[in-house]
Amino acid sequence: MAATTSTPLAPAPASLQRTIFLGLGAFAVLCIAGWFMPKWFTFLLTMAAANGLVSLGIVGLMRGGLVPFGQGMMFAVGGYSAALLANKLGVTDALVLALAGGLIAMLVSLPFAPLLSRYRGIFFAMLTLALSMVTYGLLMKLEWLGGSDGFNLSRPTLLGMKLPDATSGYVMYVLTLFVATVLALIARMVFDSTRGLMTLAMRDNELRVEYLGGPVRQAIALNFVLAAFAGGTGGALGVMSLGHVEPSFSFWTTSGEFVFVAILGGWQSVSAVFVASMVLEVVRSFSGSYFPNSWQLALGLFLLVIIRFLPNGIGSLWSHKGHS
Amino acid sequence: MAAALTILIDGLTYASWLFIVALGLTLVFGVLKILNMAHGSFYAIGAYMAASFVSWGAALKWAPGFTLVAMLLAAVAVAVILAPLTERSLLRSFYGRDEVLLVLVTYAMFLILEDATKLIWGATPFYVSEPYALFGNIDIGTQSYVGYDFAMFGLAVLVGLAVWWGLNRTRQGKIVLAVIHSPEVASSMGVNVSKVYMLAFTIGVFLAALGGAFTAPMISVQPGISVGVIIVSFAVVIIGGLGSIEGAAIGALTVGLARSMAVHLAPVAELFSVYLVMAVVLAFRPEGLFQRIQARKI
Amino acid sequence: MSSMLEAVGLNKRFGAVVAADDINIRVGQGERVSLVGSNGAGKTTFVNMVTGYMKPDTGSIKLDGTDITLLHPRAITQSGVVRSFQTPQLFGQLSVMDNMLVANACHDQRLSFWQSAQRREARDRAEALLERFRLAEYGQRRVSELPGGVRKLLDIAMALTVAPKLLLLDEPTSGVSADEKYPMMETIMTVLGDARETTVLFVEHDMDIVERYADRVIAFYSGRIIADDKPALALATDDVRRYVTGELKQEA
Repeated sequence: MAATTSTPLAPAPASLQRTIFLGLGAFAVLCIAGWFMPKWFTFLLTMAAANGLVSLGIVGLMRGGLVPFGQGMMFAVGGYSAALLANKLGVTDALVLALAGGLIAMLVSLPFAPLLSRYRGIFFAMLTLALSMVTYGLLMKLEWLGGSDGFNLSRPTLLGMKLPDATSGYVMYVLTLFVATVLALIARMVFDSTRGLMTLAMRDNELRVEYLGGPVRQAIALNFVLAAFAGGTGGALGVMSLGHVEPSFSFWTTSGEFVFVAILGGWQSVSAVFVASMVLEVVRSFSGSYFPNSWQLALGLFLLVIIRFLPNGIGSLWSHKGHS
Repeated sequence: MAAALTILIDGLTYASWLFIVALGLTLVFGVLKILNMAHGSFYAIGAYMAASFVSWGAALKWAPGFTLVAMLLAAVAVAVILAPLTERSLLRSFYGRDEVLLVLVTYAMFLILEDATKLIWGATPFYVSEPYALFGNIDIGTQSYVGYDFAMFGLAVLVGLAVWWGLNRTRQGKIVLAVIHSPEVASSMGVNVSKVYMLAFTIGVFLAALGGAFTAPMISVQPGISVGVIIVSFAVVIIGGLGSIEGAAIGALTVGLARSMAVHLAPVAELFSVYLVMAVVLAFRPEGLFQRIQARKI
Repeated sequence: MSSMLEAVGLNKRFGAVVAADDINIRVGQGERVSLVGSNGAGKTTFVNMVTGYMKPDTGSIKLDGTDITLLHPRAITQSGVVRSFQTPQLFGQLSVMDNMLVANACHDQRLSFWQSAQRREARDRAEALLERFRLAEYGQRRVSELPGGVRKLLDIAMALTVAPKLLLLDEPTSGVSADEKYPMMETIMTVLGDARETTVLFVEHDMDIVERYADRVIAFYSGRIIADDKPALALATDDVRRYVTGELKQEA
């Protein structure tokens, strides 16, 4: 990786209070701006935020040197959970569904976390990929889950109130941004914590962390479970805005897109992950109409450029954390 | 009884082309230490190229038997054109980097090749089914089986033996084995490791394209076929062990038969049976059945 | 002096190779003991058994009265046994300060999801220790860019961050240029101080360093202990002269 030679690394990161202030400020600005945006744009930002949460979880694992290639599974589990709770159990509150999606995905990840924590490199990637494909296969074949078509879900409510047609998009936009902001701030706090620093150290020299008494496998397992929560929450929120859930969310190419966003955003800045997610959404929507047969090509080239010239993601452009 | 035979033949046919493709994947990993996510794309391009060659051959009124040669030439063309191009321009700048990073580079390659294929051949499916009838039908008991499927099996055996012989019995092959064991030591002995990498990658691409070319008559050639192939190839090389020829064979047989049994006996399991086996192998014997690479930290 | 480390009857074989043959060692608190012996003599095996990464076939190890023989290596680290490495094991992409902060965080079980790694108290503590090692000027530098001698000192500083009861130094002056060896040992010994809170075992090949800084020398050969005495006395025995320093020729 291109390392800066002899330039001193930046001292301690900005205080958490300042970050919270900025985060909530950004949220407020986006909410106000959203009121004036065309519906398709708020929808785009909503999906960017929801998908960004999945990539945020991936970044949490990447900081420890591991790249999961199956987070689509968490998105799918969160989405299907929300959809089933809404359709079969009549739970319709959007906030409840979002959190439920996260919690259920987290529960699903728990039995696999200890197993996965024993793997590194491509084997870790392959095992997460295999698990997500098993999930995909199950979702495709189980008729009561809608099979290959998936199914629709009814419009959610919020705090007991029904959402009228005209504003439901905006309300989901605000809710999704709110949850994303909260989780992003929590992520920043966790990344800057002692556990966060230990995770970075693990990427560098796992052996020394062990010899210092640091519980490496436990840390990996925890990072995986947290990533599942983020992914499941993102999935629930995304599915509520889409109004539809289907097995393809768990297919490996979906997971690949989440990884793409994580790489593009980089591990240094939490906001960069969401910016990267927005870039993907913009490219995806415009390309559909204008260049359907070359947008993936553009993404591929973009990814190569990033890996080659900006290996720490676009976040490294504005975030100079005290580590490389 | 007839059902069992059908399952077996179905499984073997599937395992045959899968073996050819997975062999290429495992060879590239063994030599270059790269798990090539774009391997399925080379398969797809092989299929498309074969479709083109065969239809040109038909337009030029070639003899039906010549279509097989056309398909072989298609695979060669893909390898000769694409392998040096991708290896030199893309992979070379990332050698020596983290193995997962290289996987991401190949993922980018996959994205690029997917669209490149669509741009060249369009999105409508191709059907190049004439060669499928070349070997007629073979009747066993009450069931009639397509001769092409048996020919496919024969091709797989041929390819497997050729690669094995090439690696173990030729001088060039022994050099490749040396590079597999240690590029540094081989290099210090005067081996041009760069050339070996290029050679191995070209053969790997050729095998993928060969698998695609000869599978083309059995499927509809359309965008997206690469996506399923790469995943199932991963399953094969993981089950059999990365870098192992015998592993690719056993892995392909396992996957082929498992899938065949699922399709015929328990359709619910069709899609995930293979990945379940892959996950189980990873959980209990991650090196695969024939391998010595360390997969687990503990 | 109460014993900090007590190894009784340690045995370890790997097939036909005897890595430890009835090892009995008693180290009192605050002692500075040097482990010497040619490569393969059994020093590293002993160190690995003390840190818990290798379990003896028979025998026991007690740390400050507590039996640690079968404990998990991380539990042993938490009990107060920390080692440094011959080839410095550092976090190359992080800064020197962050390396110290990681060492601090890992050990104290102060691992937390919300407590900042960069909080004042931890930084001040790390800064103070870096000062004593004369590494403070490198605080914000990335470790991968540092010269060898600095990296070795940092490795040891990280081990000392947690104020261990027992410090195991693996060849602290190896790989360091001749003119840097003594200043380095001086720095290390100065930091360890005269108060003798830390008991130190250091593996060394340089006999001058051993004579100068060790209270006691334990010599290994073929998995056995062939000498255990003050440096002047131990290094004068025939066995040590034959099998460690090479002054006496070994029989063919």
